[in-house]
Amino acid sequence: MIFPLSSTVELTLAAELAIALALGAGFGFALERAGFGSARKLMAVFYLYDMAVVKVMFTAVVTALCGLFLLSWAGLLNLGALYIEPTHYVAQTVGGLLFGVGFLVGGYCPGTSMAAIATGRQDGLVFALGMLAGVYAYAEFTPGIDAWYQATASGEITLPSLTGIGMGWWVLVFLLALAAAARGLGAVERRFSHLRPRD
Amino acid sequence: MNTLTPTAVLNQDKARIAGRARPYWNPYVAGVLLGLVLLATFVVTGRGLGATGGFAAVATWLAGQLTPDHIETSAVHAKYWHDGKPLLNWTLFLLVGALIGAAISGWQGRRFKFSIERGPRINDGQRLALAFMGGFIAAFGAKIAKGCTSGQALTGTSVLSVGGLVFMGSVFVAAFGLAWFVRKEWL
Repeated sequence: MIFPLSSTVELTLAAELAIALALGAGFGFALERAGFGSARKLMAVFYLYDMAVVKVMFTAVVTALCGLFLLSWAGLLNLGALYIEPTHYVAQTVGGLLFGVGFLVGGYCPGTSMAAIATGRQDGLVFALGMLAGVYAYAEFTPGIDAWYQATASGEITLPSLTGIGMGWWVLVFLLALAAAARGLGAVERRFSHLRPRD
Repeated sequence: MNTLTPTAVLNQDKARIAGRARPYWNPYVAGVLLGLVLLATFVVTGRGLGATGGFAAVATWLAGQLTPDHIETSAVHAKYWHDGKPLLNWTLFLLVGALIGAAISGWQGRRFKFSIERGPRINDGQRLALAFMGGFIAAFGAKIAKGCTSGQALTGTSVLSVGGLVFMGSVFVAAFGLAWFVRKEWL
């Protein structure tokens, strides 16, 4: 059990920030390669003619999930040492709904706006400025929401802890769901291909 | 004999000089790469990716410049204050790295282009106003839910967090529900 590295090695701040830069570069590279620097490519998922957002995100989740499971099974990774954000059903429902509205109206999410800015999209830059104004306003005017969240969160809840069904079974479920989705999504795209812009 | 008209030759030259944008990767291939980056982040740091925290760090830095007395009165600012160095924030460095990585990818793929993305039925000014509004609303959503597409949907789901799944479901419900009403922005 040598991983996560953060649990066995004390890293300096400079080392941590260098790691952040390197991982961020991989993050941004993958997002741009997927086409996520383009708002129209991202929003296409909600008009069903290009389901790349679902394909990329689902594949990424399954890849990371399988990797975590295999590393843990090989005795290299301590899953218990991973940080999991506490579940708060109300906060994640309300926050998710608001975020969905902002995503659709704004055309980007916080991470993909970086890919947009890096490839010259001015709307990506303006989205990021809107984000900045939003987090500023949140901190200035509604800091009480954070305290409410801390006081009323349900704690760490995962599918295995909630259902009693082990992680290995969930890995299998996710793999099968991805295989099914890969077949179904292509059919959805063909059905709605008339919505695809011609430019 | 050259059968191309002078205009066609000129267009051909323009295309060669400007360089055509290369196609994006197959989404499943890009997804595997994104998943490996996420896995590496877990293996090294013990937590996954995030993005909103980087924006919050800049907001707290701004507050420190404009109204230093607010730092102590807001628990949210205090969390990102980092002993007076809010910009030395892990997620902010991740975002800077993402800018660099995306710039490299865009440059190699010949996809860099100054543009404003929108459907043909709205104008640039309207699109920029909507982009700002969307960013503002998304920020509130992410702050309330304690994560965005990176921190909750991607990272949370990868560790089978129920909160991450609830967040992702809510995002899709809201966006699909609203899609018809804002179709002019995108189609």
